[in-house]
Amino acid sequence: MKFGIVTFPGSNCDYDAYRAVVDQLRAEATYLWHKTEDLEGVDVVVLPGGFSYGDYLRAGAIARFSPIMRQVVEHARRGGPVLAICNGFQIACEAGLLPGALVRNAGMRFVSDAVHLRVENAGTLFTSGYEQGAVLRIPIAHGEGRYVADSTTIGRLEDDDRIVFRYCDPAGAVTGDANPNGSMRGIAGIVSDEGNVLGMMPHPERAVDPLLGPPDGLPLFESLLARMAV
Amino acid sequence: MKHRVYRIAVHIVPRAGLLDPQGDTITDALHSLGFKHVQSVHVGRHIVIETEAPDALQAETAVQEMCEKLLANPVTEDFEITSAVPV
Amino acid sequence: MTMVAPRPGDPRITSALVAEHGLTDDEFQRLVRMLGREPTFTELGIISALWSEHCSYKHSRSLLKTLPTEGPQVLQGPGENAGVVSVGDGLAVAFKIESHNHPSAVEPYQGAATGVGGILRDVFTMGARPIAMLNSLRFGSLDNARVRYLFAGVVKGIGDYGNCVGIPTVAGEIVFDDAYETNPLVNAMCVGVMKESELITAKAEGIGNPIIAVGARTGRDGIHGASFASEDLSEASDAKRPRVQVGDPFTEKLLLEASLELIRSGHIVAIQDMGAAGLTSSSAEMAERGEVGVTIDVSKVPVREEGMTPYEILLSESQERMLVVAKRGHEDAVSEILTRWDLTAAVIGEVIAEPVYRVTEGDTVVAEFPGSRLVTDCPRYSPEARESDEIVRLRATDVAGVPELPEEKDPLWTLERMLSSPTIASKAWAYRQYDSTVRTNTVIGPGGDAAVLRLRASNRAIAVKTDCNGRYVYLSPRNGARAAVCEAARNVACTGARPLAITNCLNFGNPKRPENFFQLSEAIAGIGEACRALDTPVTGGNVSLYNESPSGAVYPTPVIGMLGLIDDVAHVTPATWSVDDDVIVLLGEILGEPADGLGGSEYLARIHGIVAGAPPKCDADLERDTIACLLECIRGGHVRSAHDCSDGGLGVALAECAVADRSALVGAEINVSAWHDVPLRELLYNEAQARIVITAPESSLGEIARIAVKHRVAPMMIGRVRAGSRSLEIKHGKNRTLVAPLERLAAAYHDAIPAIMEASIESAAVLEQAAVTTV
Repeated sequence: MKFGIVTFPGSNCDYDAYRAVVDQLRAEATYLWHKTEDLEGVDVVVLPGGFSYGDYLRAGAIARFSPIMRQVVEHARRGGPVLAICNGFQIACEAGLLPGALVRNAGMRFVSDAVHLRVENAGTLFTSGYEQGAVLRIPIAHGEGRYVADSTTIGRLEDDDRIVFRYCDPAGAVTGDANPNGSMRGIAGIVSDEGNVLGMMPHPERAVDPLLGPPDGLPLFESLLARMAV
Repeated sequence: MKHRVYRIAVHIVPRAGLLDPQGDTITDALHSLGFKHVQSVHVGRHIVIETEAPDALQAETAVQEMCEKLLANPVTEDFEITSAVPV
Repeated sequence: MTMVAPRPGDPRITSALVAEHGLTDDEFQRLVRMLGREPTFTELGIISALWSEHCSYKHSRSLLKTLPTEGPQVLQGPGENAGVVSVGDGLAVAFKIESHNHPSAVEPYQGAATGVGGILRDVFTMGARPIAMLNSLRFGSLDNARVRYLFAGVVKGIGDYGNCVGIPTVAGEIVFDDAYETNPLVNAMCVGVMKESELITAKAEGIGNPIIAVGARTGRDGIHGASFASEDLSEASDAKRPRVQVGDPFTEKLLLEASLELIRSGHIVAIQDMGAAGLTSSSAEMAERGEVGVTIDVSKVPVREEGMTPYEILLSESQERMLVVAKRGHEDAVSEILTRWDLTAAVIGEVIAEPVYRVTEGDTVVAEFPGSRLVTDCPRYSPEARESDEIVRLRATDVAGVPELPEEKDPLWTLERMLSSPTIASKAWAYRQYDSTVRTNTVIGPGGDAAVLRLRASNRAIAVKTDCNGRYVYLSPRNGARAAVCEAARNVACTGARPLAITNCLNFGNPKRPENFFQLSEAIAGIGEACRALDTPVTGGNVSLYNESPSGAVYPTPVIGMLGLIDDVAHVTPATWSVDDDVIVLLGEILGEPADGLGGSEYLARIHGIVAGAPPKCDADLERDTIACLLECIRGGHVRSAHDCSDGGLGVALAECAVADRSALVGAEINVSAWHDVPLRELLYNEAQARIVITAPESSLGEIARIAVKHRVAPMMIGRVRAGSRSLEIKHGKNRTLVAPLERLAAAYHDAIPAIMEASIESAAVLEQAAVTTV
């Protein structure tokens, strides 16, 4: 079981994802350079957070043309898992791996905080280690994290149970006040049609070591490990 | 005097001569996508304002002032405004 | 000697031109003697930059020499891009603080952003990977519209830059005072980690080695920024605005990765940021450190604009550029690494044996200076130092008799008013815009006494903090500077860290005014005293003079950046209360020693608008003992929380322990009735130094008392944590109890700055305008 973490120019959470996998999950990980077209046989691709190409033009808009993205899209088509976090989520949307888009936060400002998330679907490849409805505390750090999509898409996401995480208050209620960026329906994370691509704005890789706070992100990685080991 | 509504567009771009990291990065990206003839790219903002004014000239003057006071950063940006068009 | 002829088109050297370059007649004569002839325009530009205050420290160098800079922990002291300190386990920490005050006053967003970029480069050019940013900010009152614009712009600039590069911004301080109205202070500090063996310095070595320009192209931005920083800010600055530099954090990130790879590769011998005075100062400083000559061909420097003259290329302060001395024959290997990161490199010169600093444009020599000590051979000044009578008078003012306001009859009003003072109130509005958790090392982030970052591959952590109370330094420079060092030390100690070393950023006014030079020399003396007492050597820093505006000099503000070391992450200690029934103990004298009054306090400034009186006495030996006591208590496992008393005194410290974490408000019962004959305001808001509020399980009281006695510190149990309570109760005499509902304290503390900024049009303007350069 091997994780491949893509490094785009301007990625800066690739290191955190790598350490989370190697130090906490005790699994194998390798960095994948954006200019290569070789996934080196990895089982899971991580599109990490950061500011690929400075987020100039639009977050993720330039990175999605990187040579490696052809292979990532191919990997996803074959059903391979892709974990797209923060800037990775933005790239995944730009690349058509996930529907919708991430636009500037409703409050216009970059928001860095630890927020609460409710697990809306504990049946995915990424969330089987959580209880349905569990409330997690996970850091966010983004300026363009407001999830938007047309009403048909939103309807389909709801109907197919593809909304995996929503922002909530500490008690688990999805409220406007608990929504840090104005995302539609409080959406913090969604999966693709086939369920093998997860895009989320919060950073589970920053919440894996008890020294730094509640390790509520670790079960996400463990879920992948357990499922892939089968 | 009777006022009417005019529409005026404002283009704001990084001031000439200042580094434009956004524009440069996009230029590089376009080159790597095969658009080799691209000489330069500048990224700015486009603001459309509808405002009441006695006449087109006064509408333009008001928008000019809005740019100087709020819309553009006089230190880092240049702006131009289009002629006022009655709505 | 090579022929150096004026370049066609260059202006003639006239006394007006010399004056415009900030050189005095004496300095010009010194230059002529050095050259043995009249300088060319290019040479005048070079010397104007190198002999500016910013580059040459001509007014401060003799004072700085008195500071303690050595210790077994110091691997690299002042004089390099950053100081480096050993933290054990083969690891070292590089850290430095630098000002970007003047650029931020002109264009807050880009000024602050480029300040962050510059200090980042100073740290990674030592071979260290940056792991944290701090910033120390001073603004005027938020009642002023321009100040709100500056505050919003600076915060956004810091955030956008650091967030994009991916370095967490973890701590700092923000102070609001009219003294900084037109001249804000923006000091950025960067902290990096490396293996001791990876340390590299910026010393040009090896005759024949190529000098390579790396990174962004050179444009006309920021020409003469260094001499600009050495002038008073005045109306004229408006006309100088096109000098503003634009930051490109994306290129910085690439430069960071490529530079660390270059350093580890063994292909280079030295690397330095092209910071203030750009190519000129970086090449001259590298030559000087290596005691070699250099030759630079400006026609080989990659430029962004057509027709740039040697003068412009040499003095440009375009950002995100580095100067590298490579090993001869390794040029291609260097270039290969840079290409991988989409960066360009150009060989622009060479290290030479001949002791000259030579600049050519193709084959034509356009500037040449003998010797390799261009920077340090500058003039030195020790102008007159004399304390201003006005300040002597202010300090002597008896403030005990300041009548209370009618509102103060309700002591809750006063406490709320203190907590909502923007200087004291929560700064979450600002730091929520900073990514503080990227790189996953942040054990304690913004809002604590100091930030704590774990060191990977070890069981250790470091604590970092910046501090300075400019009002104290204004009223009593030597004592105030001592207090700045001690407060920073106390803050890192509260998290469990032993203070290790400091970096400093000395923000002062025009040194040619005797009262300003007095402040500078006294403050440096005070820093030295405290650093000796605490064994925290000075590893470097920055001097920013001429922080003046038409309304006068800023408070003298020697900002201290403190590094502390925690030997075991198990000792990391939070600031806020959590466990019911824990005892609350004050380490240190409740009224200071000898009884300090309200002089120089936030209380007088906030409630009465008075800046006067003698600020609390800072006894560095007492501070050292208090810190030693605290650390022994922490290591013994006795301390559940620790928070120091600083701005706003004991009253504010207690309230912060209760409500600083808004998601977990915790009440307490405090009893200070023993001091019932002391006026409540003095009891709560005097800012006596060397005091720390700790909580501990009752079972630890005996041990704490024993440890305190050993360290000659007075421990006083002053109350108990009441986790279920919804108020902070302070009993201060028979039938006299201040009952402060936690919700109200929390609202005062947390809502003050958002209430001002969210309603502010200036804040919106920053968001709207910065859209072009947002990341």
